[in-house]
Amino acid sequence: MNKPIRTVGVFCMLLFIALLAQSTNLQFFRSGELNDRPENRRVLEARFSAERGSILAGETEVALSVPVDDRYEYQRQYPLAGQYAHMTGWFYFGGASALERSQNAVLSGDDPSLFVNQLSDLLANRNPAGSNVGLTIDPAVQEVAFEQLAAQGEDVQGSVVALEPSTGRILASVSLPTYDPNQLALRDVGDVQDNYQALYDDESNPLTNRSVATTLPPGSTFKLVTAAAYLEDHPDVDANSQVPGGNSYQLPGTRTSIANGGRSCGDTTVSLTQAMEQSCNTTFLQLAVEEGQEGMTEIAEAFGFNADPAADYPGTSASAYPENASDDLLAKSGIGQQDVRATPLQMAMVAAAIANDGVLMEPYLIDRVTSPDGETITRHEPEERAEVVSSRTAGVLQELMVNTVEQGTARQARIDGVEVGGKTGTAENCDGCRPYAWFVSYGERDGQQVAVAVMLQNVSDNVTISGGGLGGPIAKAVMEQALGVGE
Amino acid sequence: MSQASATPDQFVHRSRRGAELFLLVLALSVGAGAYAAVGLGIEGEIPADMIGYTGWLAALMIAAHVAIRMTAQYADPILLPVVAALNGLGLAVIHRLDLANNSSFARQQLIWMTLGVALFILTITLLRDHRILQRYTYTSGLLAIGLLLLPMMPIIGNEVRGARIWINVAGFSFQPGEVAKLLLVITFSGYLVLHRDALALAGRRLLFVDLPRGRDLGPILGMWLVSLGILVFQRDLGSSLMFFGMFLVLLYVATERPGWLVVGGTLFAGGAFLGFQAFSHVRNRFEIWLSPFDYVDRSPGSGQLVESMFGMAWGGLIGRGFGEGQPWRIPFAESDFIIGAIGEELGLTGVMAVILLFAIIVERGLRTALVCRDGFGKLVATGLATIVALQVFVVVGGVTTLIPLTGLTTPFLSYGGSSLVANWVLVGLLLRISDQARRPLPGVEEPYATYDSGADEATQVVKVVKP
Repeated sequence: MNKPIRTVGVFCMLLFIALLAQSTNLQFFRSGELNDRPENRRVLEARFSAERGSILAGETEVALSVPVDDRYEYQRQYPLAGQYAHMTGWFYFGGASALERSQNAVLSGDDPSLFVNQLSDLLANRNPAGSNVGLTIDPAVQEVAFEQLAAQGEDVQGSVVALEPSTGRILASVSLPTYDPNQLALRDVGDVQDNYQALYDDESNPLTNRSVATTLPPGSTFKLVTAAAYLEDHPDVDANSQVPGGNSYQLPGTRTSIANGGRSCGDTTVSLTQAMEQSCNTTFLQLAVEEGQEGMTEIAEAFGFNADPAADYPGTSASAYPENASDDLLAKSGIGQQDVRATPLQMAMVAAAIANDGVLMEPYLIDRVTSPDGETITRHEPEERAEVVSSRTAGVLQELMVNTVEQGTARQARIDGVEVGGKTGTAENCDGCRPYAWFVSYGERDGQQVAVAVMLQNVSDNVTISGGGLGGPIAKAVMEQALGVGE
Repeated sequence: MSQASATPDQFVHRSRRGAELFLLVLALSVGAGAYAAVGLGIEGEIPADMIGYTGWLAALMIAAHVAIRMTAQYADPILLPVVAALNGLGLAVIHRLDLANNSSFARQQLIWMTLGVALFILTITLLRDHRILQRYTYTSGLLAIGLLLLPMMPIIGNEVRGARIWINVAGFSFQPGEVAKLLLVITFSGYLVLHRDALALAGRRLLFVDLPRGRDLGPILGMWLVSLGILVFQRDLGSSLMFFGMFLVLLYVATERPGWLVVGGTLFAGGAFLGFQAFSHVRNRFEIWLSPFDYVDRSPGSGQLVESMFGMAWGGLIGRGFGEGQPWRIPFAESDFIIGAIGEELGLTGVMAVILLFAIIVERGLRTALVCRDGFGKLVATGLATIVALQVFVVVGGVTTLIPLTGLTTPFLSYGGSSLVANWVLVGLLLRISDQARRPLPGVEEPYATYDSGADEATQVVKVVKP
């Protein structure tokens, strides 16, 4: 019987070899694939329990992991709560949003670019910790912008965006109303869902980041773009040249006339600087028609319309300039009405490009990635997005904007000793709706520049909405802080 | 050494009890070390009852070792340490799951282990010659059938998670199938050793394969029906496969005719196909095997299997370490899925070590069968080794998705009294047979016992012993 017993031995050996091979397959070759499955809660929990990197604005930690004494070991905290909520988003067991989500690989330490750190953690037998994300935000500017906007009242809906024109760094990005991300980073997923649902159902849309996701007609602030198109096509035109004006203008092919709200815009012509100072609708309606669809689209897209800006800023929407509009609608697009849509970030980009002598720098939010012990691992280098207009055109536009602040509709933004250029806007989204206000400006002091866009979608019912009256003082305070006035 | 000079075909074995003792110390360090590691990993300190626990394990092992020294001097020296290591590791893993689940299975398992070792000692002490068992061929057959039928009885029969393989007596639940497997090995071996000639020699040749006579098909058909019955009435795929596979192997070994494997394999394939067609639970197991992730949220679903796969993947090559994994996510990890828990916290390394330990048990069992001098002992040893091999293959293969999952305990590792006790008796039987097989023949040993090692071997009388 020994021969078949030996055969049985070989057979059993094959069985055991098959088991060894299959467990190797499962635990070695397929382990990556199994670990990546969404229903694998082990991996979810391990990532949730890991020490996550902080999100920093300057030296200020706006999101950080604090050790706690429970199963997951760390709790995510947002010390400044609503001020940075729309940028940081929140991190809880079920997931993450905004930067917490888009920068997850860096914050959790899994990103391939952190390979050297991972290796040194492994060799030193340390628990791998996540890296920190440093924002371009200047915490002092952000705070001023936040407080100025919040001071407009309890129901204020609006946004402030500040850019550094020479680099594209986003210095401030405020959106109100806001929410407390700490309430969405609770341990109890059920509580998180309840809190989220309440915010989601809130009619003032506190979850929406109005800085980059809300697009509204930019109104008169868009006249800067129309003027830029005209100036590019007419090299001999300067601030004092005469341009078409008049008390009212009948839209081509319609019986609708648009007037200037009582401001003085000449009988048939007006100087360009006066047209800008007085925000003459009749002028810019006609200039848009004269430039035509192609000329307007080209310059609007050079400023950033019809494309997503700031790739590292989560949740941005593209601003829109309409295509194939009939002449009457084209005319209205010249004053930022009709189908023109812009985010506050987009209008800040317009001001920044003008201030930066016509060169638009790509705006960015993430400045650097640093290791847990503070060493810089990667740093974002500023990139040029487009040469929007010639420096001559930019110079004329700067002059127009400065004049608008000095003697036009944007007087509220004047700062002694600082070159400030601005443009106001007030627009309606629909007939009979409450209008909303825009204020776009730049300031320059000792070679240092800042561009600011303020958008007020809604304020208390008893306050009259006007771009200059409401937006001007906010922009002024933000510029003063950014340029170090009064220090 | 003088005894090695017996005969050309009758190698005389050394007793190797010292080696066994040394290996037992290693096995104890596995059990106690794993227990300490669980305490350190989960509670951050060596368990308070460390000394008592280690002492208890050591006492069990020493008792078993002393019993072997006294009654089975020539028994295989490797089996006991391997089994002790597996049992100790299993206890530690169950204890680890207890700490996570707030259960107390490890304590009960330690009691069962004590009972198992006691029965092991009883087996080798009372049963001085395994051939006595041949007298009980038919008695044990009847007993096995009776045990297999018990779970079908009202009141004491108990269905757990779809399988009707349990009985409840006086508050204890028991799986009679685990004891029945030992009895069936004895029955088959006793039957086959008597009828092997008829089964082997009669028959006709068809396409290079010797097919058996029709009238000799009786027993195989009977066993096939019993296996099918287990499958149908108790919904227990694993036991059914294990019993039938073991029977086929014994038939093949007894008759030395591969034809029986062809017949049996065909019958098994037919039965499996019928089962697949007729029973939704068989189909369900098969479909889960093909695409486990599609059945995670269903019932009966694959949640347990998928969690175990995740755990093993999470464990990777070297495991998370005791206390660092989440094996409590696998429902009933302490019984059928203990390999998943080991894979997560001890990694592929731990799983491979466990599989190799089982391979060693099987190898030592088959080696015992090879050197055994009587046909009945050969068959019993082969049957017991095959049972271990098949049971490990069915359960580990099921957990690692090599084959469709069927519920069986992992011998010596899983929580479960009946399984643990039965397997300790199984090892006792193997050791008894190996003692018999390796013991120098009385007629050979005694005349030479007076020779000293310096004797001139050329002058020795060579006594040829026909096996």
